[in-house]
Amino acid sequence: MIVGQALRDRDRELTVFRSRLMLAGLLIIIAFALLLARFTWLQVVQRDYYHTLAEANRISVVPVVPNRGLILDRNGAVLAANYSAYTLEITPSKVANVDRAIDELGTLIEVSARDRRRFRKLQEESKNFESLPIRTRLTEEEVARFAVNRFRFPGFEIKARPFRSYPQGEVASHAIGYIGRINDADVKRIETQGLNANYKGTDHIGKLGIEGSYEKELHGVTGSEQVEIDAGGRAIRSLARSEPLSGNNLVITLDLKLQKVAEEAFQDYRGALVAIDPRTGEILALVSKPGFDPNLFVDGIDPQNWDALNNSPDKPLNNRALRGQYPPGSTIKPFMALAALDLKKRSPEFSISDPGYFTLPNVAHRYRDWKKDGHGMVNMHKSIVISCDTYYYGLATELGIDAIHRHLVKFNFGSRTGVDIDGELTGNAPSTEWKQERFKQRWFTGDTVSVGIGQGYLLATPLQLAVATATLANDGVPVHPHLLRSVQDSRTQEMRPVEASALEAAVVKPEHLALIRSAMVDVARPGGTAARVGANAGYAMAAKTGTAQVIAMKQGEKYDEKRVKEANRDHALFIAFAPADDPKLAMAVLVENGGHGGSTAGPIAREVFDYYLLGKVPAKRPKLGEDEPEEHD
Amino acid sequence: MISRIFDFLSRRIDGPLMAALALTIALGIVVVYSASGGSSLERAVGQGRNLAVALLALWIFAHIHPQLLMRLALPVYVVGLGLLIGVALFGEIRNGARRWLSLGFTTVQPSEVMKIAVPLVLAWYFHRREEGLRMRDFALAAVLLVLPVALIVRQPDLGTALLVFASGFFVIFLAGLSWRVLGAMVFAGAASLPFLWSVLHPYQRQRILTLLNPMEDPLGSGYHIIQSTIAIGSGGILGKGWLNGTQAQLDFVPERSTDFILAVFGEEFGLVGNLLLIALYVLIIARGFMIAASASTVFSRLAAGAITLTFFTYAFVNMGMVSGILPVVGVPLPLISYGGTALLSMLVAFGILMSISTHKQLVSS
Repeated sequence: MIVGQALRDRDRELTVFRSRLMLAGLLIIIAFALLLARFTWLQVVQRDYYHTLAEANRISVVPVVPNRGLILDRNGAVLAANYSAYTLEITPSKVANVDRAIDELGTLIEVSARDRRRFRKLQEESKNFESLPIRTRLTEEEVARFAVNRFRFPGFEIKARPFRSYPQGEVASHAIGYIGRINDADVKRIETQGLNANYKGTDHIGKLGIEGSYEKELHGVTGSEQVEIDAGGRAIRSLARSEPLSGNNLVITLDLKLQKVAEEAFQDYRGALVAIDPRTGEILALVSKPGFDPNLFVDGIDPQNWDALNNSPDKPLNNRALRGQYPPGSTIKPFMALAALDLKKRSPEFSISDPGYFTLPNVAHRYRDWKKDGHGMVNMHKSIVISCDTYYYGLATELGIDAIHRHLVKFNFGSRTGVDIDGELTGNAPSTEWKQERFKQRWFTGDTVSVGIGQGYLLATPLQLAVATATLANDGVPVHPHLLRSVQDSRTQEMRPVEASALEAAVVKPEHLALIRSAMVDVARPGGTAARVGANAGYAMAAKTGTAQVIAMKQGEKYDEKRVKEANRDHALFIAFAPADDPKLAMAVLVENGGHGGSTAGPIAREVFDYYLLGKVPAKRPKLGEDEPEEHD
Repeated sequence: MISRIFDFLSRRIDGPLMAALALTIALGIVVVYSASGGSSLERAVGQGRNLAVALLALWIFAHIHPQLLMRLALPVYVVGLGLLIGVALFGEIRNGARRWLSLGFTTVQPSEVMKIAVPLVLAWYFHRREEGLRMRDFALAAVLLVLPVALIVRQPDLGTALLVFASGFFVIFLAGLSWRVLGAMVFAGAASLPFLWSVLHPYQRQRILTLLNPMEDPLGSGYHIIQSTIAIGSGGILGKGWLNGTQAQLDFVPERSTDFILAVFGEEFGLVGNLLLIALYVLIIARGFMIAASASTVFSRLAAGAITLTFFTYAFVNMGMVSGILPVVGVPLPLISYGGTALLSMLVAFGILMSISTHKQLVSS
């Protein structure tokens, strides 16, 4: 009975076991069928989708950055070049503690405080997955020393990168400009221009000057390389490559040697000089003193240098030639005289008797001439040669501000000259309309009086003055200043000269111009305000001096410049072209706080003319503005 | 002479099972070679060495009589449990989990031992209670099962805990636990899901969330799954060819020679390869079921059945996880993945299966 029971239990147990085993078997079949269904889904139905993903995983399109075009002066001297150097870069997101890692790096290769500051500044300006340079221009030895210890520095990488260099340093820095790392504003501009693809891999962009304005020519076309990469992003092999197209080389109109002469002629003064070939509009020298070293900007400027440049009272970053707006002072007088001739308000012979001041009817205020006792009888020729203020006070009031405005605009006062680098300011050629708009105020006749001698609301940039002077030199035909001379196509090596602008009609009558030009020639002759500037030149120079008041004088106060602080001294101006009968160079010079045009700005112009026309380099340069000449302006 | 040696070696070896195992393991070494970069024999040779040790263990266990195994079951279980408690008290922490116990000369992972000890001790228990199983017996069995599982969960090692639980549960299931209780367990399990969720470690929860939506964190927790499904899917029907899987060879598949080796295999051998692998697994499981069905004692039956089902569980969980239908748990692909411990414990289990297969005549006669 018990055995039977046991047997029956055993049988039952076996039956249960086997049926459960069968059930398990069934579940296993279902499970495997499920897996097979999943595999079929992935490998048959979705295969193309996953294939695409796998290809996208392994193939990376790496941009190949083109070489940036060179910048050369008109004679082929290199102003901006490229070289390749090793940099050590850090991707902050891949480094746990960047500061500590840099400390450790410092035990291996030199990391200066400046490097650190610059890196920190870059870090603030960039996304933390970007690779940023901590050290640039590593020596072979430093590269080797780092390579051996590489494993200690995850997130650090040595890269061979092309660098921009400006071999001339500060010389012509405002014309050449510089490149810098692409910032958020640049990114936006690139995006709106639809150039994103071409800037993949590029991390520098032209910021100012030629570098900024001709970015498109200089950048070139980015190539690409299809690379097979592994999961760590390391390139395994190249699959295909399309070569980049280097940027075009630019030959600019500057003459480096002339530029150097002009910059040196400024000695320690601040100011600007623009020298133009009046026949072509080519700018041969563009000076804004002080300059800056554009090389500082290439790898990202460190905060110390930046502060020094940015906060310097001398404002070295300000391009005075294009952006400095100064009262033109007496240099405006030839243009005023031309307006009067054109409107027949003055004949050449008409003379005034100059008592040394000018008064408006029924107004007590005396507008003073620079010469206390006046110049005696003054006609138009003499008014320019000795720079008589009284003559122009009256002339201007008779013309009226709106007529003056109409005539000055012909010479490009009050609007941009259209020079081919950015940042130019307009200056100001005032009118009744302008004053109404700007100050909601009507124009007073008194306002016109000071405009007559280039003061008051009248403002011009040195470039505008140079362009107006060049127009005089070019027989009154408008001159369009430019810095680009030709473009060398990187594909064909062909030189494409910049197209000459269409010939325009003269804006003044030739007989009027002849009168003014002869007066300007006499300015640089004995008896003229720039007699010393023109002395023994060996060529005839047509010139006009000018002084721009920095502070207004009180009525009756004797102007004593020795007692006025240096910063409040007048700006010295000088415009000129030479040779007077066949002008090859027209120029405007401004010396900030230089005193009188004849004493500081004039000698600078003379040096530049001497070099350009005669090939003369001054052996010894007397200190500018030292022995005060007798002529005054 | 040669035939005598062969006879000596194969006396306790189950022919069909051995053949299926050998094919699968050979395939595994081929895949490990590819998964380790396809240029160095280091891992393939290493796996060969692991295999030699594991085969020796299989051969030895095949010679241990099931009766002896049954008698050893309880002592091994008790020692294993002791070691687990030791781990909980003095264990070494590696990768944030307390799983290893230092014995002075070596470190052991007692949870590995329990993968075999738990089904054996339960089989032994039901064997002793052969006559008339009552609810109380099942309750006691449940205690034997839950104790080690709870200790392993605490380590924490949810993957191993689940596998140990499964291996023991299979014994209870095969022993004939009533459907009512089974149903109640399933219900209780479902009801306790929210509670389980709350005791899961954050990384474990993340794995489950990742399964549901891997794209949520494609470079973090979703990366494994995304890359392995891309590998498998891009393999297509015929695969990209041995050593030619781009996902595998370029390192996109993580842990490609261990837990995620199926992604390498599926990419290089395609759907056809996957079918072949499943077929081999089905052969092994079918043979295991035949051995279990014809085993002569309750212990043998339950042990053989549970071992086979556990093997299936490994295969299914791994394939499911790599193909993205199960959460990521650290389970290797049985007989294929690189790694000595997993292969050793797997072949020890198959040694026991062979012992059961080749010793049944003696018992029944």
